[in-house]
Order: sequence, then structure tokens, then C-alpha cells
Amino acid sequence: MTEIGKPVPQPTPESQPYWDGCLRGELLYQHCAACNRAQFYPRSACASCGATALEWRRSEGRGTLHAVTVVYRPPSAAFKPDVPYAVALVDLDEGFRMMANVLSAAPEAVAIGDRVTVTFERRGDIALPQFRPCASPGEDL
Amino acid sequence: MAGPPPSRRARLSGVGDTAFGALPGSSVLGIHAQAARQAIADAGLTQGDVDGVLCAYSLVEPHLMLSSVVAEYLGIRPAYSLGMMLGGATGCAMIMQAAMLVESGRCRHVLVVAGDMRLTGMSRDGAVAALARVGHPQFEVPYGPNIPAYYGLVASRYMHEQGATPEQLAHIAVTMRRHAGLHPGAHMREPITVADVLASRMIARPLRLLDCCLVSDGAAAVVVSAADASGGTRDSRIALLGAGQGHTHEHVSQAPSLTDFGCHEASSRALGEAGVTPAAVDVAEIYDSFTITLLIELESMGFFAKGEAGPAIAAGALGLAGRLPTNTHGGLLSFGHSGAAGGLTHVVEAVRQLRGEADARQVPDARLAFVHGDGGILSAHCSLVLARA
Repeated sequence: MTEIGKPVPQPTPESQPYWDGCLRGELLYQHCAACNRAQFYPRSACASCGATALEWRRSEGRGTLHAVTVVYRPPSAAFKPDVPYAVALVDLDEGFRMMANVLSAAPEAVAIGDRVTVTFERRGDIALPQFRPCASPGEDL
Repeated sequence: MAGPPPSRRARLSGVGDTAFGALPGSSVLGIHAQAARQAIADAGLTQGDVDGVLCAYSLVEPHLMLSSVVAEYLGIRPAYSLGMMLGGATGCAMIMQAAMLVESGRCRHVLVVAGDMRLTGMSRDGAVAALARVGHPQFEVPYGPNIPAYYGLVASRYMHEQGATPEQLAHIAVTMRRHAGLHPGAHMREPITVADVLASRMIARPLRLLDCCLVSDGAAAVVVSAADASGGTRDSRIALLGAGQGHTHEHVSQAPSLTDFGCHEASSRALGEAGVTPAAVDVAEIYDSFTITLLIELESMGFFAKGEAGPAIAAGALGLAGRLPTNTHGGLLSFGHSGAAGGLTHVVEAVRQLRGEADARQVPDARLAFVHGDGGILSAHCSLVLARA
């Protein structure tokens, strides 16, 4: 059987600065000065007002779970060793939302409203943003 | 919202379908042709009368120009041909497109057809992998969601906000199976209970196996005729009174809300164009890729108040004798799901209900039908209002 690994994101010119940031351990997002909105995922223009002068900002990497599911039947063999694993939509404190796994020893206990903090998983030439539960209220600050 | 005047409204003059389930020995093009020939014959036409062909797509036998390939296979030389891709909304969107073609005078009789062989034509793992790629390749797919996981995220949020229970979701699956048991062509006809659903294995919390639609082989077809050409058809009574679409996102991580979707706008536009309210609908055929899909759509579209669909469904609201008989063929959950053909079966069933040809599952005197398809992760929406003259 051919061993196929987990999917590795292929950066585009638009997303390259984001993935470069991840390799430095920084979670970047776009900010639109024209309408003062945070934008994720990276695009060539603001999806709210169309402005093209977007600024890259660094997120503190902390957020709250807006939705969460636990996968028992993975989409490919590469994810089988991880089952069950949590997939979540994370609302970052800077005002943008992204999908990621919540890396927890107890994925079934991960719940909406939980506070999480970013960590990076090395996958090929990519550092993939992931989240882990905040260990203490202090870490949440 | 003004639609075409009554005298110009498109007629759904013919319907056809294959049985759904495992169809070994068939090909994707073969089942397209089988459903298409049945629909053309049902309309009382010959294939030489067809001057428009709309097709969807196939994962099993991919073609860049499926509508041209299907026309060639059938031996039709249409004046208008188009392949469309809108996920599960494709079936309804093709009907809407066909109606615009005949109402504008471009075409007289448009064949709408879709089919795939997702059960016997590809491995189960292959189907799971192919469909999971609907996610964003950089910002979703690397995290390993399967299709139920995308909907599991939606379900988690909905249940968090509205307090819906797994039992309420299970009632949807049970109702769909009961309806499928009355359709000889349905993929799964054995009755199930709420306990069966709750005991089925977890796929992506909170969704269990029996909360998920089937993977089937099958095809469906509809002939849409111009009002002034429908005199030559066998039955010209079924008119499209209204159609509407609504689109808010493609990827679930970009959805502006996880409890209210473009189905709200799609149904408002379709019902508004038809000049009717949800309360006037006699029978509903609404996309049910997962139990949660149907629950949320029913509320988002105004058939039930927010938070009230779950208890109402548990009390029998979607049954044949209920307040809103829904998915009378068994839907994607039990009749079967074969790509765009899955959504098109909802249209086929609506026409049969309005003609009074639904046999044991007939809703008495059904005169007004509402049909809805959604594609992606509740992303692309198209609603139709059909009526018997």
C-alpha cells in the first residue's frame, strides 16, 4: 500500500507571508485599514470593502472555540493514528476565525467556549498552526 | 418579487429516475440515459423534441463537458448545452436555469439530468477522500475533517445555541426511512428506530452513522418545457411558480453564521416570487445530507421558528400526515444520494406528489410543493416552488 501522508498546504503568492510567519512561530492575519476589519484567510483584497492595501499583523494566538467536532472516521489513512481527534473553529481575540485541530489528550472533553492557544505542528516544509487548551486562567491573559 | 406572468411559467413536463442503491453493471452515462429516456417518454415527447441539455458532473466518470457527452451518448443535438456545478444545489439550480431558458424563448424543452455511480464506481475510502476535498486546501483540509465533520461543526454550534438533542436528530432519520419504505426504488427501506440511530457508531460528533446520508448509485432527470410548448406534452399542469438562490460562503470556516444560511434568502426569494408563505406548502422536499442539515434549513427558511423544529419533528411534523410532509421519497438519508442526482430526486418526487402519482406515500391533494437543494457546507442554496394547476 502506498503510504500517503497528511495533506501539506501549498502556499500561494497571497498566502506565502502567512506561512513564512508560521515558520517563525508567528500567527499572522490581514488587517484592513480602510474598514478596520481583521481578515482570514489571506487574500489580495478585503472581502468586506474591496481595499487592496492590507496590513499583516501578528496575532497573540489566543482564542475561544466557536464550534467543535470530534472525528472518528478519518478522511484518509494518514489520520487514522490520530482518531479520535478534535476539529474546531477558533475565534481569535483579534477578531478572525480559523479552523484547526485542538491538540488534547482528551479530545472528547473539548467544548465550545474553551480557551485555546496557538502552537505549531511541523509538516514537511510547513509549520501548521494548531491549538491546545489553555492550561490555566493565567495563560489565558 | 415578480416572476414571469402565469402564461409564461415553465412547466415540469416529465420526470424519470433509476432505482437508487447498488447498480452493478451500469455506467454513469448509461444511467444518465436511462433516467433521461424515462423523463422524455414521461413528458410524451421524443428526444428530437429536446433542444436544451443541462447536466451536472460525475466523480466516477469525470468529463470536462458532461452535458455534451450525455447529449452525444443519447444522440441529441441540442441548441443549448451547459454543465453546472453547485454541489447538492445543482439539481434545483439546473431546474431554475432550464426555466429561464424556456421562459426567455431560447428553448422549448430542456432536459435536466444528473447521475453518478458513487457506490459501486469508487471505493468507500475513495468517495470519502474525494468529497473531503470540498474543504479549503490550505486552511481546512490539512486538519483532517471528513464531510460529516464539517457538518458536525455546524451541528455542535446549533445544538449549543438551541438545545436540540441527538434524539430529535434521530427522529429525522427514522421519518426519512419510514418514507423510503414506501418507495420501491429507495436504497434503504428497512425500518429503523430512534434507538438504532443513537446506537450507530459515531462518525463526527455529534453526528452518528445514521445521521449521515447514503452513498448510492443512481440517476434522475426532469424535462422542463415552455408554457406555450407544453400543450404537446402528456401533463402540462406542473408549473414553476418561483425560484431563488442564496449564497453566503463556500468554506464552513468562512460562514457568517452556523445557524442561519443562504437558504433563508433562497426560500424568501422563491416563496416571494410565487406569492405564497411557508404555511401554504402542502409537501416539502428539502435537502437532507445530514439530519442537522434538514433541521437547520427548516428553521432558517421559516417553516418552523428557531429552536422549534426539533421538538416538532419528534412529534411527527414531517410525517405523511404531519404538519409539513417532508422528503416523501426518503430523501438523501434513505432514498439515496448519488451526487447531483440526489438533489434532483427531490424535484422528481415533488412532481410525482403534485400529479398524485406517489402511490402509497401520496400526500392527499398536494397542490403546492417546496423543493430545496444545498451544496457545499450549507454554502450554495436554491429553492423552488412548484404547483399543480
